Amino acid sequence: MAQALQMELEAAQRYNEFADMMDVHNNPEVGAWFRKMAVIEGKHAAHIMEQMGWREVPALPASAPLRAGLAAVEGAAGDELHYLMQPWHVLQLALASEERAEAFFAQLAQHATDEPVRQAALALQQEEHDHAELVKVWLQKVPQPDANWDQDPDPPRYDD
Amino acid sequence: MQTQMAASSSVSIALAGSGGSGVMTAGTMLLAAAAKAGAYGLMVRTSGPQIRGGEAAAMLRLGAQPLNSLDDGFDLLLAIDWQNVNRFADEIVLGPRSVLIGDPDEGEAPEVFKATGARYAPLGLKKMAKAIPGSWVNMIALGLSGTLAGLPLQALQDAVRDAWKKPDTLDANLNAVAAGAAAAAQIAAQLAQEGGAMAQLQVSAPSGAQRWMMSGNEATGMGALKGGVRFVAAYPITPATEVLEWLAPRLVKVGGTLLQAEDELASINMIIGASYGGVPALTATAGPGLSLMTEAIGLAVASEVPIVVVDVMRGGPSTGIPAKSEQSDLSFAVSGLHGDAPRLVVAPSSMADCLGATQWAVHLAEALQAPAIVLSDQFMGQSRVITDRPPDHGLVARRVTAAANTPDYKRYRDTPSGVSPMAIPGTEGVTYTADGLEHSEAGIPSSQSRDHVMQLDKRARKLTLHDYGSYWADIEGDADAAVITFGSASGPVREAIERARAQGTDLRLIVLRLLAPARPEQMAAALQGVSRVIVVEQNHGAQLYRYLRAWYDFPAPPASYHRPGPLPLRPAELLAALLEWRNGK
Amino acid sequence: MNTALNPEAAAEPVVIGLTAANFKSGYKPIWCPGCGDFTVLSSVTKALSIMGVPPKDCAVVSGIGCSSRIPAYTTCYGFHGVHGRSLAAATGLKVARPDLQVLVAGGDGDGYSIGGNHFLHACRRNVDMTYLVMDNHVYGMTKGQPSPTTEPDWDSKLSPGGTGVRVFNPMVVALASGANFVARAFAGDLHGTADIIAQAMKHPGFSFVEILSPCVTFRPEQRDWRKTVHAAEAPVTDDAALAARRLMKDDGMNIGVLYAGDRAPYPASVRAPRCSVAELEAEFAL
Repeated sequence: MAQALQMELEAAQRYNEFADMMDVHNNPEVGAWFRKMAVIEGKHAAHIMEQMGWREVPALPASAPLRAGLAAVEGAAGDELHYLMQPWHVLQLALASEERAEAFFAQLAQHATDEPVRQAALALQQEEHDHAELVKVWLQKVPQPDANWDQDPDPPRYDD
Repeated sequence: MQTQMAASSSVSIALAGSGGSGVMTAGTMLLAAAAKAGAYGLMVRTSGPQIRGGEAAAMLRLGAQPLNSLDDGFDLLLAIDWQNVNRFADEIVLGPRSVLIGDPDEGEAPEVFKATGARYAPLGLKKMAKAIPGSWVNMIALGLSGTLAGLPLQALQDAVRDAWKKPDTLDANLNAVAAGAAAAAQIAAQLAQEGGAMAQLQVSAPSGAQRWMMSGNEATGMGALKGGVRFVAAYPITPATEVLEWLAPRLVKVGGTLLQAEDELASINMIIGASYGGVPALTATAGPGLSLMTEAIGLAVASEVPIVVVDVMRGGPSTGIPAKSEQSDLSFAVSGLHGDAPRLVVAPSSMADCLGATQWAVHLAEALQAPAIVLSDQFMGQSRVITDRPPDHGLVARRVTAAANTPDYKRYRDTPSGVSPMAIPGTEGVTYTADGLEHSEAGIPSSQSRDHVMQLDKRARKLTLHDYGSYWADIEGDADAAVITFGSASGPVREAIERARAQGTDLRLIVLRLLAPARPEQMAAALQGVSRVIVVEQNHGAQLYRYLRAWYDFPAPPASYHRPGPLPLRPAELLAALLEWRNGK
Repeated sequence: MNTALNPEAAAEPVVIGLTAANFKSGYKPIWCPGCGDFTVLSSVTKALSIMGVPPKDCAVVSGIGCSSRIPAYTTCYGFHGVHGRSLAAATGLKVARPDLQVLVAGGDGDGYSIGGNHFLHACRRNVDMTYLVMDNHVYGMTKGQPSPTTEPDWDSKLSPGGTGVRVFNPMVVALASGANFVARAFAGDLHGTADIIAQAMKHPGFSFVEILSPCVTFRPEQRDWRKTVHAAEAPVTDDAALAARRLMKDDGMNIGVLYAGDRAPYPASVRAPRCSVAELEAEFAL
């Protein structure tokens, strides 16, 4: 659970960093979407703490394996970014992230030996599911990118 | 900007936007269209620090006569979006006669532009592009800006046809250009009503002269090839990389080689090796790279191996401002070697002159068996220009070599001219060891005073005795007040002098092309009848001024106008400075 | 805290007075979105927080290039020097100030091309520092020229058709020259890389970490690296010859600590004075 909390906190942090990247690269619309995601992850984190009755973020042993092998759960989706990406892409990333998180909590619930923890995990699993559904709704509302969305006529600051 | 309305001798346009808006591509096409319409012009680019997606602007000046400087301000700023475009406010200077066009869907124009009093005309560029499926918004901008500037639609569309890479979207984008042109007519009418039409290009029938379009860096590469360079060692550095990238495939085509080196220490030593082997060799770099190369340049001096090192100057010192221009490597180029180490320093005075000056540097280096530094700069190197085909002075690499089995051959034999025939490896009977150590005439290392003095004299004499002809400097006019400058500064200086002349103040212009060795006799001839001199340059330390004072006599202590980059020198600022100096204060 | 999930978890949690956030400055990096260097920055700050050394006692030394921009993005002391000389500057700093945690960072162009000579000697000298190379097989800052780790047939403007020159193998060179710790990491794995960097910093002597960090702008095909990287099969060894043999044959996608030796690090220069300068004047006195 502490691990889950860390994941949400890190996800919030990561979304804020993505928002910064987009602002620096003159894509403020997507930057705003990432900030929105960051706020949502922050709320998830707050929720976990509420569920577990924690006042402070518990420390983790430095050696705790926070990753599953080389594939992080809340997505090291950093390389999916593109400076020309559109809100639709953001939501796709968010959706994948929520679905992974849902699967994580499902696993957590399955292996929990503590009943309160199991209950908390189930509640969070449901929440992640709801979030995923919400993201799907948003996806319907934003325009789909056309085939040329990532085309930039200007080369990477090359001269001709 | 011109104070008269309508048909002007030049029009200045800036296209701005951020990642994906394609302003650089549109700017390049706009320049190409101007070329097709028979105009002259130049395009300078600026951008944020991001590799991709950053804010960018293409800044063009188009005219009926050759142009080598940006104007004082811009007649039009067309922004596809406003993301961080305000960062370019110092470069894109606007005034009450300027026109500001922006897309209302992209928000308000930044205050810094509105405050100039420029006239604002909103236009839904993105909507217009969306209305033509498959079209890009920068093509709307191209049609709009080109037409406002006075370019015919045909020329604009032809420029697109030439550059377009995807055949199935060509028509849509030609239509987009036309849509932009149509919108221009409306905006022009509105402007005429409100307070005066925007400045427009008026091109008379194209002159008979053949014209070229290229960047200064490309012209430098061409000059190298024309001069006879067939070996280049390369290490990338902003803003010189394009010289090397242009040369890479073309050298191979003419039978030469380009080698990518691991660093500048390697590249300079590689070209010395190649030249020792008899092949004219060159490299291109910028300030930090030139600093690394100095030890080896000294080796080329001492061992009398010809090489050419192009320094495309940028903001300094140290890492400085890589993508901006400055003339602050002059002191370093003329004196930055340990020991008494005379070398050639040649400064191209325009983008077109990058060709002739580099070619000349190759010729001089080979003739005099010495290193030549070509002082180009970022403004010339990375700007594109439409210019008359540069004249060909015909000077090429021609080394004085030793014939096989020359009796009593001595590589460093003292001669009246100071130039000793150079044995090329593979030649029978004249083998020798080239050496950075001081040496006797035979090339044997020597610490003897007699040898040292003889070799120092020889290496200095060969440069000072050479007849550089009239190409050493461009001298224009015969007024008694003279302006001395070099490199890209000559563009705005020349314009300022023209404006001064129109106001009744006559000034003589001396643009130095050979900076080292000093030419006292030729300078004295250039200064015949001159009673006062001012030196103009783009650096903080007044480097040319101090250099000239060290090496030359002047009728009176010269004055100095100097300021560093990153902003280019402008005709109006120079006019004010020159008038103040000339008319006393 | 739930121990059910990780029964082997250490009983005593490390006191985290410093989090990764303490090590990130407010400056927003100019790297392209999608650049591997963002996660490297996060891994570095996470590793520093694990080490628990306060920012004021850390120095990040770099050269020139996209990855060399990293010092200003941390709250540590930073030195953004000239191209290829970061190891020399870092050596001077660490030997004069052994109390500081010294981290050296840069790209493959900066480190293996112009920096190649200093790289060899830094490995030989074995000064206690950690060298991170963000390898993307290209010169990014000057817009796309091949670097020493670029494949010989990669087409570019500067070397059309490819350089035709064999790829540099920095890890074997590091081993042969005496580096005390050699590892490879992948920017796509934030926590794994943080872990490796922390281990590198803990390990005495010259620790070298090659971080595969995809360049989304000039080498977009490197997105596929996340599919081809794999954990190192063999466990870490302290036998340099064995590690070298393995590295001569590995596919370049082998992630993990590949060598951890026991060479003594270069001794610090700061020692207690044994006599005064005035006392030395006696040498000249007649």
